[in-house]
Amino acid sequence: MQLTNRSKVINKKKLNWVESLYLPAIFSGMIITIKHFFKKAATTRYPEEKRYIAPVYRGVHVLKRNDKGQENCTACGLCAVSCPAEAITIVAAERQKGEEHLYKKEKYAAMYEINMLRCIFCGICEEACPEDSIYLTDRILPSNYQRNNFIYGKDLLVEGIKPEERIDIGVRKKHYEMNEKPRV
Amino acid sequence: MDWSILLDKTILIVIIFVISLAIAAYSTYGERKVAAFLQDRIGPDRAGPFGLLQPLADGLKFFLKEEIIPTASDKFLFIIGPCIFMMTALMTSAIIPWGMPLHFGSHVFSLQVADLNVGILYLLAVVSIGGYGIMIGGWSSNNKFALLGALRASSQMISYELSMGMAIIALLLLSQSLSIREIVDMQQGFHWNVFYQPVGFLIFLICAFAECNRAPFDLPESESELVGGYHTEYSSMKLGLFLFAEYINMFISSAIISCLFFGGYHFPGIDSLGLSPNWAAIVSIIVLFAKIFFFIFFFMWVRWTVPRFRYDQLMRLGWKILIPLSILNVLATGAWLTFFK
Amino acid sequence: MSQLIFFILSAMTIASALVVVFSKHPMYSVLSLVVCFFTIAGHYILLNAQFLAITHIIVYAGAIMVLFLFVVMLLNLNRESEPHKPGKMKFAATISAGMLFLILIAAMKSTTMETFSFPPPSTNGMIQHVGQRLFTDYLLPFEISSILFLSAMIGAVVLAKKEKH
Repeated sequence: MQLTNRSKVINKKKLNWVESLYLPAIFSGMIITIKHFFKKAATTRYPEEKRYIAPVYRGVHVLKRNDKGQENCTACGLCAVSCPAEAITIVAAERQKGEEHLYKKEKYAAMYEINMLRCIFCGICEEACPEDSIYLTDRILPSNYQRNNFIYGKDLLVEGIKPEERIDIGVRKKHYEMNEKPRV
Repeated sequence: MDWSILLDKTILIVIIFVISLAIAAYSTYGERKVAAFLQDRIGPDRAGPFGLLQPLADGLKFFLKEEIIPTASDKFLFIIGPCIFMMTALMTSAIIPWGMPLHFGSHVFSLQVADLNVGILYLLAVVSIGGYGIMIGGWSSNNKFALLGALRASSQMISYELSMGMAIIALLLLSQSLSIREIVDMQQGFHWNVFYQPVGFLIFLICAFAECNRAPFDLPESESELVGGYHTEYSSMKLGLFLFAEYINMFISSAIISCLFFGGYHFPGIDSLGLSPNWAAIVSIIVLFAKIFFFIFFFMWVRWTVPRFRYDQLMRLGWKILIPLSILNVLATGAWLTFFK
Repeated sequence: MSQLIFFILSAMTIASALVVVFSKHPMYSVLSLVVCFFTIAGHYILLNAQFLAITHIIVYAGAIMVLFLFVVMLLNLNRESEPHKPGKMKFAATISAGMLFLILIAAMKSTTMETFSFPPPSTNGMIQHVGQRLFTDYLLPFEISSILFLSAMIGAVVLAKKEKH
């Protein structure tokens, strides 16, 4: 059965005299390579020059704070339930007196871990989140030598309180405004 | 012996050494850039503008690397191997005429270290002893990969020397001289030997690739099967010497190809410009170097186009195709000279 | 100047030849034989026989010694693995070497020691003269030796071919 026309049947016939000289093949190969010599480079000078990242790109997650600097996450666990790769682990805790400036509601996530090696960056956690807390950003997951360094805790996921430490997800929000965030 | 000649030659030798080393250094940069361009990449561009300081960085790195001499190796031979390889690579440059003589008043400064009347045989002799450095280095490493690389290198060099010599013999029948300067001067105007000896040129070119251990004949150091071939155990500047010497070999063989087949420092219409002798000499040097750079580029171009030959293919090409072809070429040239001239 | 070069070259020739004989390691023997060939080529150049010198290097240092080196590398002849020669063989070797030495002494005795002088530079060793002599006066021996080489080559091919059963 032939699915596409691109498949080629391998022809193992003996080379004829001209082909066995290799020269015509080498010559045509050299013409191909010299054409590539004048083509534009397909690579970029990475740290200085960055490629365009589409608004739908799903990179490393962020746990957002609201305008007052409180964590949005209420440890409801919808993200962990919806995660198809079971990459999210949450331990909930009750907010104590004097912590009101840190957490939005009475319940918060004492531990929030995403195993980045399990995560498939599908973005369903983001769609499941009722509290506007978890978002996938355009940041690329950096490589690492140790497996346990890929388990990101709250220290890596939650954005900073100060305005300059906030992580911009404007592109992502605009994308949802245009396509209306589906509610689970 | 005339002391002024000795002084002239010393100056010339020093200049040639410096130029060869500089060109070898920048060939490494050129190779990486050419490879990058042929593969739609950018290539080294971090050290200096356009990465132009990359060879310096590489050289510095070689000097600062730890020097490792394997305990089971033969230390004396291990050290002397790369030295011999480098020496033979530089020795060939002695017979290349780099340009027309310069005139300082009545003093004539010849741009050729030695105009031997057996110039081409000297070339073959140096090429034939060039394998010693690789063999000694590979054997003394006491490493299976290195030994295999050394054996491959020497058998490849012996096999391709034969057809190289035969290709040169056909050329000598035409030029009637063994002195390289005379061969170059015969090609004045547009009488380049490549038009009279196309088959010989092709054979010589293929053999030059094989003698330089360049792709597609880089089996002695084929990194995918022999790790690093004969320089597997080498580190630091001794490895640098091996790699450097290979680029010098490439530079010198480009020079020899341009001298023997492409008119050396001549180009059509050089006489009609009406230049004074000194200016003509400078132009001739530039012309020769333009030809050399083209061939260095050609070497790289082929390297990044053609895949590596298998060992049996290499031997079959050398013994069953190139040698009969070169003998036929000699016979045909002889017949042509006897019956049509 | 050339006297000085001559003495240096001679000393190197003798020294490297001695190393060939006395070295325990076959690799060093082969390599010092190469050095010996180079110094002999140097002597040829001193006699203005450039063609002879270069062919000497091409043929001996470039081709034959590479094959020697090849064999030594492949056999991996180490000091430990060198077979112990029987006494009878040693005796025979001593006798034959002594006889050779005797012949050398006899030959040296008949020569008269003269003051050392360099021959005037001649062009006999240049390639034009060598070629002319080879193809006029010595044409027959030249061609016969080439036939000898051809037969040697054919013999090698026959030996290397596998026997068909």
